[in-house]
This record gives sequence, C-alpha cells and structure tokens, in this order.
Amino acid sequence: MVPELGQFSLVLALLIAILQSIVPILGASRGNSTWMNSAKTSSLLMLFLVSFSFIALVYSYIVSDFTVLNVVNNSHSDKPMLYKVVGTWGNHEGSILLWVLILVTFGAAVAVFGGDIPSTLKARTLSVQAWISVGFISFILFTSNPFERVFPPPLNGNELNPLLQDIGLAIHPPLLYFGYVGFSIVFSFAVAALIEGNVEPGWARIVRPWILVAWTSLSGGVALGSWWAYYELGWGGWWFWDPVENVSLMPWLIGTALLHSAIVTEKRGAFKAWTILLSILTFSLSLLGTFIVRSGLLTSVHSFAVDPERGIYILILLALSIGGSLVLFAFRGASIEDDGLFSPISRESGLLLNNLLLVTCAGTVLFGTMYPLFLEAISGEKISVGPPFFNITFVPIALILCSVMVIGPYLNWKKADLLGVLSRLRFTMVLSLFGLLVIWYLKTSGPALAILSFGIAIWLLLGVIQEWIERVKLFDLSPNTTLKLIKSMPRASHGMTISHMGISLIVMGAVASSAWRQESVIFAELGQKNNFAGFTISLERIENIKGPNYISKMASIRVENSKGFIENLYPERRVYPVAGSATTESAIRQTLQGDLYISFSEAADKSIKDKWTLRLIYEPLVNFIWLGAILLMCGGFMSLSDRRFRRSFSSVKKMIHSIREPS
Amino acid sequence: MKRVLFIFPLIVALGIGLFSVWGLSGDRNPSDIPSALIGKAIPNFKLETIMTEGISELSNNDLAKLEKITVVNFFASWCLPCKLEHSSLKKLNSSYDIQLVGISYKDKKSDTSNWLSELGNPYHVVGLDISGRTGIEWGISGVPETFLINKKGEIIYNFAGPLLGKNLAHFENILRLELNKKQ
Repeated sequence: MVPELGQFSLVLALLIAILQSIVPILGASRGNSTWMNSAKTSSLLMLFLVSFSFIALVYSYIVSDFTVLNVVNNSHSDKPMLYKVVGTWGNHEGSILLWVLILVTFGAAVAVFGGDIPSTLKARTLSVQAWISVGFISFILFTSNPFERVFPPPLNGNELNPLLQDIGLAIHPPLLYFGYVGFSIVFSFAVAALIEGNVEPGWARIVRPWILVAWTSLSGGVALGSWWAYYELGWGGWWFWDPVENVSLMPWLIGTALLHSAIVTEKRGAFKAWTILLSILTFSLSLLGTFIVRSGLLTSVHSFAVDPERGIYILILLALSIGGSLVLFAFRGASIEDDGLFSPISRESGLLLNNLLLVTCAGTVLFGTMYPLFLEAISGEKISVGPPFFNITFVPIALILCSVMVIGPYLNWKKADLLGVLSRLRFTMVLSLFGLLVIWYLKTSGPALAILSFGIAIWLLLGVIQEWIERVKLFDLSPNTTLKLIKSMPRASHGMTISHMGISLIVMGAVASSAWRQESVIFAELGQKNNFAGFTISLERIENIKGPNYISKMASIRVENSKGFIENLYPERRVYPVAGSATTESAIRQTLQGDLYISFSEAADKSIKDKWTLRLIYEPLVNFIWLGAILLMCGGFMSLSDRRFRRSFSSVKKMIHSIREPS
Repeated sequence: MKRVLFIFPLIVALGIGLFSVWGLSGDRNPSDIPSALIGKAIPNFKLETIMTEGISELSNNDLAKLEKITVVNFFASWCLPCKLEHSSLKKLNSSYDIQLVGISYKDKKSDTSNWLSELGNPYHVVGLDISGRTGIEWGISGVPETFLINKKGEIIYNFAGPLLGKNLAHFENILRLELNKKQ
C-alpha cells in the first residue's frame, strides 16, 4: 500500500509540475498576479508530494518490504538500519528520486524565501524550475520507477553493494546532489531573465546567495567523494581523473567562475550576458554529469547500473533544457547591454582573467573526458584518457590561476595600480621564494613542477593573509578597533579570504601527496620487522572477527618510528557472504604531516601459512586537501551569512509574522 | 560578429550532443579498449621458465620462431578469475593446434608451480614475470589477459578478462579464422 501511495503522490506531483510550468509564466506575461502567486502554493505542494513519495521509499527500505523490486535489489534484512535507510539512494531509481526531491526543495525555497524578488521574475523562475521537474519526474515514472512491485516476493534481498555500505554513502550523494541540483535554481533564474530580456544588477544580487548555497554544497560534495574514495573505498588515491569525478569537477569550476562573475554583475553592472551563460553552463554540466554517469556513455571505475534506454531519455531531456536555454541565449544574449566600463587593469579585469582561466580549466576537463567518445566516433579508435593528459593540460592552467589569484583582491574596481600592488606584495614574494628554496632543499630530487607548485601555494597563502591583515589594519590600530573593524566588514569579504586560503591548502596537499607519495608491497611474516617511510612496521597477529553482516580477518600491526612505539593499526579484510563479495578496510594513521595507510590481504597461495601481503602507502600532507575543502566550505557559509543575504530571510520572518497576526 | 559569439555555446553543445547520440546507439562497449599492440610485433622480454622441459629461458625471439599460432595468457595464482578461466585454456589447448604460452604475472615461483600442479598445466611454456615488468611491456590491464599471435609473430587480438562463455566463443572464432587463413 505504502509504495502505491508513494507512486501516486509522484504522479500528482507531475500534474502539479505541469500546471506550474504554464500558469505562473502566463501570469507574468499578462500581469495577472493571482496566476503568478499560484507558483508559491504549487511549489510547496510539490515539495510535500515528492517528500511523501521519498519517505514512502525510505519506509519500504526500513521495513525491508521485499515486494518492492528496488528494495529486493539493494537491501537485505540483516543489513544495519543506517544502511537500510541510506540504501534508498544507493541505486539509480532512489538517487534520481532524491535528485527530484532536492529540485523541488530549491523551488519551494525560492517561493518561500524569495520575498524581495520582483514578482514577474519569481513567477517565471518557478515556471522554469517546474519544466525541469516535469522532465525528471516523468523520467522516474516512465523509465526508473522505484516503486515497481515484484511477484512472488523473494524471502530476502540481494544486499547493497558492500563498497557502498559506508557512512560516505549517507552524506556524499545528498551533498553532491544538493550542489548539482542547487544550480538548477540559478539556471531557472537565468532563463527567466532571458525570457524577460533584461538583466539588472539587482538580478545578480538575488541570485548570488543561491549560487553560494549550491557552490558550497558542491565543494563539500566533491571533496567528500574524494575523501570517501581515499579513506573508505581503499582505492589508495584521492583523485583519478575518472569521468565520474571529472563531471563533478566541471560544474564546480564553472560554478566558481559564476560565483566571481556574478559579483561583477552585481557591483558594476558588467559581464551580464557572461554571467547568464555561466549560470546555464553550470547546470548544463551538472545534467551532463547525471547523464554520463547514468547512461554508460563513457567507461568509468564507478560501476553504476547502466541502461542505454534511460540514457536516451536523459539525452532528450538534456537536448531540451541545454539546447533550449542556449537557443534562447543565442537570440536574447546579444541584446543584453553592460553598464560598467573598466580599464584593463582593474578588479573587473582580474575577475575576467579568473573566469577565463577557470573556464579553460573546465574546457580541458570536458575535452579530456569526452575525447575517447569523439575519437571513437571519428576514427573508430578506442582509447582512455588518464592522469597524464590532465597533468599536462589542467595543472599548468590551475597553477597560473593560483599565482594570479593572489593579486585580484588587491585591485581596485574600475582602475587599479598593478605596480603599486606588486610593490606592496614584495615582502610576500621574497618570503614565498624563500619557502620555495626550503622545499627545494628538503626535496632535492624534485620533481621541479611539484616544487614550483608548492612555492605557488605558499605565495597564495601568504598573499591572502597579507591582504586580510592590511584590510583589517591588524597592526595599525589597537586590537579593539581592529576587532570592531573585522566585525563591521562584510562577512563575504572574510569568506573570500577563508576560501582562498582553502585553495592554497588544497594545492599543498595535492602536490605533496602525489609527488612525494611512497608506496610498497611487502610479504610479511608474523613478527618480521619492515622499514618503510621512516617507520618500522611489524605484523603481530591475525584475528577472525564476525560483524553484523560480514566476517572479517583483522591484522594487528605495530608501528614504530625512530623514537619507539607509536600505535597499533588494524586493517581488515571483510567478506560479505550474502553479496558474495569482499572489501578491504585499510587502517590509517592520520596525522597532519601525512597518512600512513596499510591494507592487507591473504597470502597469494593458500598453502603458505603465516605470510601476508601488506600494502603500505605514505601520503605526506594529504589531510591538507580535506582541511582546505573545509575552509572552502567555511568561506561559503561565511559569505552566506552576510548581512545583505540575510535580508531575504528577514522578509520570511515578516511573512510568518503577518500570517500569525493578520493586520 | 557579436551574434556569432552568442551562438557559439549552442554549437558546442550540439556537437557534444551529436557525439552522445552516436555513443548511445548500437551495442558499443566503452570499456572494451583493444591493446595498442594489435598488428605489432611481440614486445621484447626475457623470462625464466618453470615446469617447462628443455627451455630454461623464454624470450620474444623464441615466440617469433614458433611455426604455430601462439596464444599468450597472463595469469597468476592469486587471481580468482584465472582459476575460472583455467578450464577454457585446457579446452583451447586440446581442441586447436596452437602453442599455449603462460606468463605468471607478479607471482612467486612456488605459488605458480603449486597452482599448476593442483589444477593441471595446459601451457607448453610457462614464463615467470615476478616483477611485472613484462606485463607492463605487453600493456596488460590486469590478469587474466590473453593475446593471440600469428605465425609472423604479430599480435592480432587481445582480451582482458577471463575467457568464458560469449567471450571464449568470440576468441575461438578469431582463432579459427586465423588457423584457416594459413592452411
């Protein structure tokens, strides 16, 4: 009964979405405010219906309802409750339902929190958002129904892929989707603006907080995916330039460009058409991400359920949304006029350079990701594009970006004095050069590019800190006045400082952990001492352990350094009998200097007793990556809490107030 | 001119879309990437052999000298799919007039010999690639991986993964074609 209700409410949601696709936008063109305002009710109703449908699916998982095919395929009654719940989105159908839930959440959020948005823009935006909803709800209903029944019901389910039975699944997909889909509302705002044929700086002011929300979530989502692969999936790396990773990086790069160009549109009335284009592209790339992952168009290490028929449906959706919006852009974009004039050396130009570099980065990633498809289509040759390509194309551009992004915040709007800025930065330059020499001294063997990149990361960090110190006049005024100044400054400016520091830490971590990583595979006997990366590692014993739905062999490994005993590490090898597969649970000694990573497996030959294969990895500074990602998100949150953005929330309070006490 | 600039994103998107439509049609498998060595001579290598009478060393020259069609199979005792594939190799060896060469990849001598004594040895020659160096030369993506080599010593086909079911049938078809060609 519950699954049927879930499906029924999804059908109702589709009908309402169709209604919302037409009525508010017609109302906007006819000036009918009742029609326009209907978007609010219908958005909330859609949120309610899709939430109900989602909860119905979660419920089916919680009670292990094996009459539902989706539950049978992805769950098992022995599975821990947490994984029953998160298993809801650990599969194609459930994850698309989550996608739609987030889509309608953003629509409803604009309907509720967008009190200060002009009513025509709001009505058109919500209609555009409803077009996307129609597309994806119908996609679920026609090609990927999560509520499909199975008869006769099996006694038990097939279990969720053990690799996915991890806390990472609970947070990574929702956060990533929140970012991906968050850009849908930005897209809707952009299309609505194109329909209106008018982009005012006020438009950018309205859209910026939504860009920030989506960008912050996407940053977290991408970083979490990388963290998950690194710590839990035991893949022994945090980035593989795999298509599935690339498609999450591309919207992040374009989204970052958008974040910056929207500032220029808001503050200076320039880059209008460009900002609109980036808004469309960011969401288009998010859609492309969904498409590539779900269609099996490109090969990937991530084994998602793949179905070409779904691929074709998504391709049609993509053609309509991306193609449609770009056609609109081609017709209307040229007539959007910029107001602000600026000289070649100015904050505007700095942000323009930022945008060009970021878009080029995204372009190389797109090209590298799609190239195997292009080549196969044209010449029939099949290849795969791996890290070497991205290392020689993406990395240099990213490094240029990191070295010039120090200067941007020092530049004034309209016209800036570059030489003056550089002379202000001369001590930082000397200091960074010194840092680079220290790194060179420590790592004489190179590689040169890594040493240079690390130097650039130091330069970025110091430059950002100097800019902040100068801005808050840290050493010029008394501590109390400085504190007041810090508090009175727009929080978005502190947000920028924090995020830029985050980028610097990410670069440091990425460079150190890939260039100076050490790896070794040893065949260890019990009690035998092995030297690795300054540690002495000895295998002490192996125990058999029984978990809730797995059995495991656990190694106990003693780690010492030159000063003596540090700690014991316990890597495991788990076998999931129901799913018939095994996972490697590596043990990690995590410190800020670096991670010591040990995974183990049984000896190659059953006849050899007491000999085990240990895989040892030392990744220096790898935690800087996650630390940097956390700073990136903190910067996003900090900017979101800016006074200007809070205004829209105060309008909600007023609204709630007026409902309670009708005047 | 300005208008062209605004149409540009649409053109790029259309291009990607067309390629994607092509990519979805037909039964192409993007994971199926053939070896870069197809049509090329066997890469240079020199390996110690085990369980092979008369030959203590196996090199690319030895393979090139063979007057038969050669199947080179990379395997390892630690590889479960190799175990599954083992019966297919026995079948290949008994049904066709071929030279079956096994290269034990990143495996220990004792493990390999135990494994082969236990399951039976279908190979005419077994080479030991303990360091995995030869595997890199051949560009294998993992074990098992099998190469088909014509009498001229050129690689004509390769398959990554266990030769079972449909894949085995496909491999046999190619092998038969090659055998008939030469007669």
